[in-house]
Amino acid sequence: MIKNITLSLLLLCSFQILNAQVETGDILIKNGNVITITDGVQEDTDVLIQNGKISKIGKDLSARDVRTIDAAGQYVMPGIIDAHSHIALDVVNEATDPNTSDVFVGDAIDPFDVAIYRALAGGVTTSHAMHGSANAVGGQCETIKHRWGVSNPDDMKMDGAPRTIKFALGENPIRVHGEGNRIVPRTRMGVEQIFRQGFAKAQDYQAKWKAYKANPSAALETPKYDLKMETMSDILNGDIIIHCHSYRADEILMLVDVLDDYGVKKICFQHVNEGFKVAPELAAYGAGASVFADWWAYKFEVYYSTAYNATILTRNGVVTSINSDSGELIRHLFHEAAKTQRYGDLTDNEALKLITLNPAIQLGIQDRVGSIEVGKEGDIAIFDKHPLSVYAIPQMTIVDGVVRFDIENDNDDIRIDIDPEEKISSFIDHHAETEADRCMQDVFEYFADQKQD
Amino acid sequence: MNRIIIKSIVILVALFIWGDSSAQQVAKSTYGDVLLKNATVHTITNGVVEGTDVLISDGMIADMGKGLSSTSATVVDCSNHHIYPGFIDGGTTLALSEVSSVSLTNDFNEIGDFIPQMQALTAVNPNSVAIPVTRVNGVTSVIVKPAGGVFSGTASLINLVGYTPAQMDAGFKAVAMNFPSAAKRGRRDRRSEEDIKKDQEKATKEIDEFWDKLRVYHMIDSASANKSNSSLTYQPEMEAMLPVYRGEIPLMINVTKDKDIEAAIAWVEKKNVKAILTGVTEGYRVADKIAASGLPVITGPVQAIPGRSEERYDVAYANAGIMSNAGVKVALRTNDTENVRNLPFHAGFAAAYGMGVDEALKAITINPAEMFGVGDKYGSIEKGKIANLFVSTGDPFEMKTRITHLFIKGWNVPIESRHTLLYNEFLERSPGLQEK
Repeated sequence: MIKNITLSLLLLCSFQILNAQVETGDILIKNGNVITITDGVQEDTDVLIQNGKISKIGKDLSARDVRTIDAAGQYVMPGIIDAHSHIALDVVNEATDPNTSDVFVGDAIDPFDVAIYRALAGGVTTSHAMHGSANAVGGQCETIKHRWGVSNPDDMKMDGAPRTIKFALGENPIRVHGEGNRIVPRTRMGVEQIFRQGFAKAQDYQAKWKAYKANPSAALETPKYDLKMETMSDILNGDIIIHCHSYRADEILMLVDVLDDYGVKKICFQHVNEGFKVAPELAAYGAGASVFADWWAYKFEVYYSTAYNATILTRNGVVTSINSDSGELIRHLFHEAAKTQRYGDLTDNEALKLITLNPAIQLGIQDRVGSIEVGKEGDIAIFDKHPLSVYAIPQMTIVDGVVRFDIENDNDDIRIDIDPEEKISSFIDHHAETEADRCMQDVFEYFADQKQD
Repeated sequence: MNRIIIKSIVILVALFIWGDSSAQQVAKSTYGDVLLKNATVHTITNGVVEGTDVLISDGMIADMGKGLSSTSATVVDCSNHHIYPGFIDGGTTLALSEVSSVSLTNDFNEIGDFIPQMQALTAVNPNSVAIPVTRVNGVTSVIVKPAGGVFSGTASLINLVGYTPAQMDAGFKAVAMNFPSAAKRGRRDRRSEEDIKKDQEKATKEIDEFWDKLRVYHMIDSASANKSNSSLTYQPEMEAMLPVYRGEIPLMINVTKDKDIEAAIAWVEKKNVKAILTGVTEGYRVADKIAASGLPVITGPVQAIPGRSEERYDVAYANAGIMSNAGVKVALRTNDTENVRNLPFHAGFAAAYGMGVDEALKAITINPAEMFGVGDKYGSIEKGKIANLFVSTGDPFEMKTRITHLFIKGWNVPIESRHTLLYNEFLERSPGLQEK
């Protein structure tokens, strides 16, 4: 009996070790219109992926024993990147404190979330799995690759991607803490102080440790290890990119001022509906902006918005991306990007950059993904028509040279892990949901539970 | 000295322009005869005709043909441009809500389960900022519909021009109904399967009782129709249901799940009322049955995720096309408030995923117009119809296409909204980064 258990444990361990190896593949895509992003559109061109990396781009390529895909007449573009998403997560908000920089979204990854497959069916290969916006300083986020089919949550992670953290301004942290928990912040003034306090304390913390490490024997006691302070220190040291949920121009400027005071440079504003009003300031600070194509007016802080936001930001020199923040929008980011050609005058390449290279820059992974270049990772989306056309349908999505979505093999039920308790007929009327804001997922459930307790 | 004078004049002119335009949300619409010359006209009902003129006069499409002329009309050269009939959204809360998270601005969900007397038209805010935002994408008319409860209220078709609800009223009403559902209300609905079933049975029983009362009310009302002293007490919910009971106006029955759709069809046949099915999220599962019933359908949003986790990713995209191909008369809706402007893109997705461009165009023009009994006035480019139309640089489903002119009830509506005004102000901000 014990022998059996030991054996199973051993098997389980070896299984885990095997699983931790991320699968890569070889593939040759022939004769497509290759939208490189960094080097124009190359017609009738082949792309060869070997060991999960793009090894060659050119005409009449050949490779032995490699799966060949005929993309004649089709459009081959870099896998789409979503800089703001909450798919593939068990939970989104640790709403219990105005600063939860000690929690990691990477600990809550759900590789079985069917939304991953649906995103792949929209050509999206990488997404930024973000903490919610319940807190001024939220949890640390995880950049994931859509390796649909793996069962180990760690296999979803984009190994080596820079660390990122969620900050949040405005209504959400105010609602949750000021209105909900009756603690600071209840106003945008309070939100500022959460950041200042966090950074100031982190500086003290750093100084204490520095003094201790310089001369441990002189210390009366060892400084206490504090994960929140460690995280805030890492932000001060430039080791973490801040992604800040924000809407209004004034609060955006507030955070820029705070960061400037503490010498923090790595900042990308998220949603940033009023970013267009302070585009010159954002450009001057080198801040990124990750926006919706056209969401507005669903709450008061987005009432004075314009769908021309992405165009204004781009024209003012801000590195801009278009994100989804939604398990629905993530399926047609190419369509969202195209809206900048209705609301503004971005060129095809500028529009497609908003969902490829620019989000890659904002996540610090632009050397690995975001364009079709030799040496970059083999993440590709293939469309039957130009991806900025409303009639374009994604045909195949490749991650690390492995086909993860193929419209020809799109089976009726693609779930990997089926809950035996769940009735097959469980239809959910998603439009009956009241909270449209995915960034607030789980928060009001938490309040409801609190009230019950 | 001269410089100062010029400067003052510039400032005065600037003030004049500013003063003129800041008093309103967007520039005023203008009225008058307009001759649109040499366009490709997508009539919807009579094919596509090239090099054709459309004369707008007195709010109507006064004439259409090659080589038209008019002494009174402003001539607009539409060479290389296209004319389409204004798009119609079959279900929205546009102008019934301004900022959805601010509950006091939401006027589509009154208290009570049986309140068909609640009039959406009453709560329409003609000055909603979202109206210009919507119409500049070619959406000229929408259904405004109450939500919640069983009989939520009375929906209306409105045109997106005018300063009073009466000016906007396009002459169609229907009572909105939510059919008792076996669906979960969102991911957080924690009711057990049993509880859901019980709720559904209870709601069905309440509707039957309401209907029995309505039948009696109708009988008494009919019997006392010509008498001065009616014995009926004030019962607004019954009064509002009478035209439904008598088949004068339809019920808009919202229904989502496959089994609920079948139950709704059976219910409509039993009650013998005029009905339009709305929502119909799982219509693709029972398309033949809907077709056999002859009931028209308003479905959408098209850009939506499947209701079941095991379903194919594209069922919501394909739903409209599957029903349409099965012979169902289909119209589309966004079910949205501030982004009703995306209606043409929802139609584009439906077109791409099996419906085809022609049917998708009909689903937001002539089909809803006919469903609402206003097919003689709206939904196509034909002589004698109301001038709800727009001019575009190409296919209006494509994002790249521009809408260049917009006419609603003959009003020449500016292509302007909060979104374009902010663009104009902030593209090159002044002052920019420096103060001078």
